Amino acid sequence: MCTSCGCGSANLRKLNKAGKEKVVPEGYHVHSDGTIHTHADDLVDHQHHYEGGGQHAHPHPDQSERRVLELERKVLEKNDRYAGENREFLAKRGILAVNIISSPGSGKTFLLEKTLERLKGKIPCAVIVGDIQSSNDARRLQGKGAKVHQIETKSSCHLHAEQVGNVFHEVIDKKTKILFIENVGNLVCPAAFDLGENFKIALLSTPEGEDKPVKYPVIFSDAKVIVLTKIDLLDHVDCDLKKVRKNIRQLNPGVFVFELSAKTGEGMDAWIDYLAKLTA
Amino acid sequence: MHELSLATSLVEQITVIMGNEGASTLHSITLSVGRFSGVEKEPFEFAFPLAAEGTPAENTRLIIEVTEMKVKCKACGKETVHDIPLAKCGKCGSLDVEIVSGREFKIKSMEVE
Repeated sequence: MCTSCGCGSANLRKLNKAGKEKVVPEGYHVHSDGTIHTHADDLVDHQHHYEGGGQHAHPHPDQSERRVLELERKVLEKNDRYAGENREFLAKRGILAVNIISSPGSGKTFLLEKTLERLKGKIPCAVIVGDIQSSNDARRLQGKGAKVHQIETKSSCHLHAEQVGNVFHEVIDKKTKILFIENVGNLVCPAAFDLGENFKIALLSTPEGEDKPVKYPVIFSDAKVIVLTKIDLLDHVDCDLKKVRKNIRQLNPGVFVFELSAKTGEGMDAWIDYLAKLTA
Repeated sequence: MHELSLATSLVEQITVIMGNEGASTLHSITLSVGRFSGVEKEPFEFAFPLAAEGTPAENTRLIIEVTEMKVKCKACGKETVHDIPLAKCGKCGSLDVEIVSGREFKIKSMEVE
């Protein structure tokens, strides 16, 4: 029995939409129609009209009643739904999709240029590239055997799942094996948006310094692969490889790490071999 | 600032939920934001009123509960708070851990009328 208004027995346990039992906190109760409301004094601004026998007259469900909805719903539900559709679309076609994330200027596009050149004629690739403005990156990636589509995000600092799914038909055909999604250069925002990829690849270039993974732990701990780029510059920049490795291992012990220079080709074999094995 | 697009997503979702619930006023909304979700409390608090302008979420009280990152140790089975940036078990020191919370970005509850 609800101690405040006396309506029926206060159902403190109720199933939510997913069928899981949820517990209604003290001070709230659930009516038979599923409406949850409270009688805590500071929250009440409605009147109960008792007509005897513990019955009260406010209509159920009363849409004008102040009530608390226990939700536990993801804020990015919509994006996650599109990401799920993308993932299903790609999985059905046996396509490996990677979401490449780094700060601007870490060498995402250059690594992709060299990667496409090496995979040309062997593994059919597709590329979706995101930038705030310009189609420079798409132009750089043209003519290397892969279909390329540029998304200009305008003011937005990341790609989202719907945007990416909308252009699948521009780049993917029956032969496609790998889809590279080059995200907007940014280590913060793209980390929060699932695009439907198999996994994220984070790039870190040697001039950026050893502590980038420590400063941006969300993306570097979420990535399944980390590529340390521009190792040809190690003699010229203040970057201790041992420290970089240690910072990465502490944060993400199981991650694959590639150390390479797309410019000189050092370390590229292992990277290409890895991609080939994933699609074999 | 991606908090603005996150806030816009939130406002869209609020509008749908309120429509489904037949509610017209949103008194408060409580979010659960993990320390490792990529969402920062202060920028989000700044962005939310901008995104909410002219919607049922305007002037709503925004309550953000920041949740710690927790890891579960595969060696000893204990759950401990993840001390960023070190991913290791707070009990036995093993590096064989999996993240069990701290990445969530959820609407916990809404107080509507």
